[in-house]
Amino acid sequence: MGVASMAIRGFLLLLLFLSAAHLSFSLYEDQVGLMDWHQQYIGKVKEAVFHTPKSGRRRVVVSTEENVIASLDLRHGGIIWRRVLGSNDVISGIDIALGKYVITLSSDGSILRAWNLPDGQMVWESFLEGSGSSKSLLSVPTSLKIDKENLILVFGKGSLHAISSIDGDVLWEKDFAVESVEVQQIVQPIGGDVAYVVGFVGSSHFDVYQINVRNGELLKHNSAPFSGGFSGEALLVSSEILLTLDSTRSKLVLVSFQDGEINYQQTPISDIFGDSLGTPVLLPSKLPGFFSVKLNGAVIFIRVTGEGKLEVLDKVNNVAAISGAISISDGQQAFGLVQHGDGKIHLTVKPTHDSSADLLKESIDMDNQRGVVHKVFVNNYIRTDRSNGFRALIVMEDDSLLLLQQGAVVWSREDGLASIIDVVTSELPVEKVGVSVAKVEQNLFDWLKGHILKLKGTLMLASAADVAAIQEMRLKSFEKSKLTRDHNGFRKLLIVLTRAGKLFALHTGYGQVVWSLLLPTLRKSETCKYPTGLNIYQWQVPHHHAMDENPSVLIVGRCGQSSEAPGVLSIVDAYTGKEINSMAAVHSIVQVIPLPFTDSTEQRLHLLIDANQRGHLYPRTSEAVDIFQREFTNIYWYSVEADNGIIKGHALKGNCNQEAVDSYCFESKDIWSIVFPSDSEKIIATVTRKLSEVVHTQAKVIADSEVMYKYISKNLLFVATVAPKGSGEIGTASPEESWLTVYLIDTVTGRILHRMTHHGSQGPVHAVFSENWVVYHYFNLRAHRYEMSVIEIYDQSRADNKDVLKLVLGKHNLTSPISSYSRPEVVTKSQSYYFTYSVKAIDVTLTAKGITSKQLLIGTINDQVLALDKRFLDPRRSLNPTQEEKEEGIIPLTDALPIIPQSYVTHNLKVEGLRGIVTVPAKLESTTLAFTYGVDLFFTQLAPSRTYDSLTDDFSYALLLITIVALIAAIFVTWVWSEKKELKEKWR
Amino acid sequence: MALSRSSSQSSHRRLIFVISAVLCITVAAAFQSDELLVDDEEFGLEGGLHTKSPDLTFTRPTPPPPSTTASTTRKRFSDPDSDSKIQFQLHHAFGDSDFSPAGTFSARLKTWNHGGQTLTKLRFSRNAFTEEEKEKFALLLKGDDFYRIRLPSSVLNPPGRDYVISSVKARCLPREGLDEHFVIHTDGINILAVNYGSPGACPYPRQMKIPGKWSFNSHTVLKNSEQAPRAPVFAEDILGVGGEVGEGEIIPPPERSFWAKYWMYAIPLGLIVMNAITQAMNMAEEGAGQPAGQAQQPAAVQRGSSSAVRRR
Repeated sequence: MGVASMAIRGFLLLLLFLSAAHLSFSLYEDQVGLMDWHQQYIGKVKEAVFHTPKSGRRRVVVSTEENVIASLDLRHGGIIWRRVLGSNDVISGIDIALGKYVITLSSDGSILRAWNLPDGQMVWESFLEGSGSSKSLLSVPTSLKIDKENLILVFGKGSLHAISSIDGDVLWEKDFAVESVEVQQIVQPIGGDVAYVVGFVGSSHFDVYQINVRNGELLKHNSAPFSGGFSGEALLVSSEILLTLDSTRSKLVLVSFQDGEINYQQTPISDIFGDSLGTPVLLPSKLPGFFSVKLNGAVIFIRVTGEGKLEVLDKVNNVAAISGAISISDGQQAFGLVQHGDGKIHLTVKPTHDSSADLLKESIDMDNQRGVVHKVFVNNYIRTDRSNGFRALIVMEDDSLLLLQQGAVVWSREDGLASIIDVVTSELPVEKVGVSVAKVEQNLFDWLKGHILKLKGTLMLASAADVAAIQEMRLKSFEKSKLTRDHNGFRKLLIVLTRAGKLFALHTGYGQVVWSLLLPTLRKSETCKYPTGLNIYQWQVPHHHAMDENPSVLIVGRCGQSSEAPGVLSIVDAYTGKEINSMAAVHSIVQVIPLPFTDSTEQRLHLLIDANQRGHLYPRTSEAVDIFQREFTNIYWYSVEADNGIIKGHALKGNCNQEAVDSYCFESKDIWSIVFPSDSEKIIATVTRKLSEVVHTQAKVIADSEVMYKYISKNLLFVATVAPKGSGEIGTASPEESWLTVYLIDTVTGRILHRMTHHGSQGPVHAVFSENWVVYHYFNLRAHRYEMSVIEIYDQSRADNKDVLKLVLGKHNLTSPISSYSRPEVVTKSQSYYFTYSVKAIDVTLTAKGITSKQLLIGTINDQVLALDKRFLDPRRSLNPTQEEKEEGIIPLTDALPIIPQSYVTHNLKVEGLRGIVTVPAKLESTTLAFTYGVDLFFTQLAPSRTYDSLTDDFSYALLLITIVALIAAIFVTWVWSEKKELKEKWR
Repeated sequence: MALSRSSSQSSHRRLIFVISAVLCITVAAAFQSDELLVDDEEFGLEGGLHTKSPDLTFTRPTPPPPSTTASTTRKRFSDPDSDSKIQFQLHHAFGDSDFSPAGTFSARLKTWNHGGQTLTKLRFSRNAFTEEEKEKFALLLKGDDFYRIRLPSSVLNPPGRDYVISSVKARCLPREGLDEHFVIHTDGINILAVNYGSPGACPYPRQMKIPGKWSFNSHTVLKNSEQAPRAPVFAEDILGVGGEVGEGEIIPPPERSFWAKYWMYAIPLGLIVMNAITQAMNMAEEGAGQPAGQAQQPAAVQRGSSSAVRRR
């Protein structure tokens, strides 16, 4: 009997544990990192300052294009601390003062901040006033002291400021805005009490202001005309000599301003270099006593001798970058030089006094996917043998950052990922038969051991070491990073395009880079000076040939910023990262329309619209044209001219009537237009539904068993316009002169289905369109709060299909085709709610079949992602919902949307500089994958209605097995035992 | 009786009042027909109204309102909310052809005290198709091509910044005649957009049908922007009254009963207790039951723990 009751008890306990496993819904502390990953980046480095004390942590402080100030550990490249400034707070200068503060100048020279070097805490901040606009210059002299205070000289907004480096007090300032001088440099000769502010007035005068640094008093002002005119560039050669070019760029002009006296010395370039063609470019590296000029691809170093003579020191070919000068031991200075050659990069460090000698010469093998070196920063250290060693920090073409030391790459950072432009996802390869996965990755023993460990954990028998092992196992499960497709569709490749023109394939498991490709079409070249990447599209997604064909993506870019610039296209294999095909297209690209047709190889047809409103069909095959011609009359698109306030609809007309016959080029015609009055409306946002979205059902059953039919059309466009006066920053317009009008427009016919005005409201508007609803976010000036509104649109023409008899007899119009040319009978419902935060991005969860309820993913101002149930934004919420409505899931009406701390998808992490959120459905209906990008990357899995269709990841199969085995054993034991008993009974 | 009489009297009085009121209204209405320009309460919606103009040869489905002749001749500027009559042209094009005049919209422009101007009382007179146009239209029907129309984007100084264009597949229009439906979206004196199409459905694939008679049956609707609903402002009320549903936080789930919460502990506990009891009873039986014999055991106990009891 004891055995039986034990067995029952054990069984019940097991049941309890199993049910407890089911109850875990929200994210626990130990689940962080299980399904999500977070990567921190800083962006392309603009400036770097080394801080290498004799003892302690060696670090480099950098400022980047993403307006990040970061302190990196020189040993491994990890971020010690990092501060992300706002997107309009561009850093123009960075330096270290007093050996403990990092000083940054930002916002066009109007904000000066000091950060504590060890931990990045802000020490002080100074707002510098100024009336003009000018170059912003930061100069932190090492030995300039006034009353024991170290001074920082800042030139910004047309004024010179002297700031105490201890507390950021502005000691004095001198306004140069009235002088109309274009200040080039601030020079502070060592040991003196004077500073020189030098600059050009117009293009023919050079001005020098001598200023007493103690009180900002103007000591001397000299101006001298120059007949040849200046080119505008200027380079400081020494503390009293400035170098510039004349306006024809044929003469080098040395301007010496010793004691404020201006002297010009001109040297024709042909005197120095002989008769060479090409215009010289001054390279902006600060080298003492000499300078470098780029001419015909070679860099020439020229020394300025005491008497103002120019002397050619050296001529170096293939120079990629030159560093500034650093001082090495005994007063000598050195600089670094990077050259490219036969797949390697060559780093040379030369002393400044003798450029023929090399202090260091190293060759480093370099991954050719990193492109050329853009910048180099050199730092020296004392080797163990007391000689000088050098390390170099290099910034590559793909924005990555590398540290070179002793002829090797010590560490590298893929900081291009801080500037993602666009994201698409790709499925991973299907697991091929014949390759045993278990053999490759794990043997049975490991599997069993893992499960025993898990079991121990579940039964609370595990020791601390075991717990750690379990946690590690969960975080680093082999399952997650496999490069094959999984059953649930959690493993995918995120293919991202960065601003530098590099493609990365990130695995959704841990975000590791599977492959990367610096796109040749998006690299700077003779034909394409300023290439910019625009978007990525799915080019080929094989379903029928998934085993033997790889998916590919189309990358669209253009040469230059204007929309008329010629476009470039390239097609890249999503598995291997090899470029399959590329086209330096002849036409411009304004719009790319992926068509819902594929050819026999499952390549998607794309229509590219150029600046002349011509459509170009890709792929350029006759088969594609055949498919296209079949659907010719059913292709419509629209274009938004936001500056003009016009939205136009287009249809295809026929082949282009150019000189050359091009069967892939089509003329278009305007079929509708909407002209917004320019004095009262300005387009600020347009949003459409995602093409890939799946809607499960058109009908929505509401509380009183009524059915409402969602108006579901792929051709709906949401447009938001604001009053031109209210299009500025919040606070610049009064509520009376500011309004926000929203439209729902059918893009085939140009029909305005809904139009609504929010008085006293203004942008910025962030919106998301899904199924039959739009949610948008804006600012309400009257209530002084942000608001979110929802519009739901329902189809009335199908509303009378409620009669069962009609349905049975087939007298309904549910199956009739929908045409945009029919007059729509729609009703809209809308409601507004207050929302506390301002929003950076907004998106909605997507699932495979569209059954799971939706959540809005809101990128908030503090760089987190908030998941808000769509039910909160239901226009049918009422103050006192009836019982039926409650059953339907209607929440009582409130004026504000709740922000529940637990519903932050990013839990305690921040996605600094958040710019976009991308959601992708997994194969499992309950789950959606969300990727958030900005300066940081964050990826997670979301289940808006819980994971109702799968067991949790940490479900212990071993426990289940053991339970079953134990039960069977118990059954047998009790059976045998009762048999015996009965036998005994009978013999009694 | 007196009561009923008084009530009947009062009802009489009421009747008289009603009649007089109706008379007043009709008088006012009659008066209004003269002064129609001043009093324009509803603006915008004017479906299927047409003026009779001499150049139209076909009959209209709805007779023109009697007041139109008065309204067309009058112009008033003296009122603070003055309005003026304006006209703007409808142009049409067949397929890719150029636009040509197709009709005239006339409306009154009402100027409000606050300076805003709105269009009201829209009327439309459609030019009949010429023979050439009929041919062109038939061609469109054949090719399933677009019939396009346009309106100026500003009614005061046409065409304004640009024309607003709308088009429809020509096959959507023919029924018995040619049925068309205009929705003109305005904002003050500006026309944002015109939506043009058939008044009903136009299912795909579109059937080719030559209209029985070449006369237009036009419906026009003028639309202005709606006001958006405001965010509900009642936070104070709720907070003041109870605050239990306020804040929109997730309402905590209702307190579960004792059993719902602790059943998982209670059941094993119960089992253990039962076990212990049977054990104890067994013990007792072992001691006391021996002399009593098996026949004396109570049936209930036997059933409840038969296995335990039988065990020796």
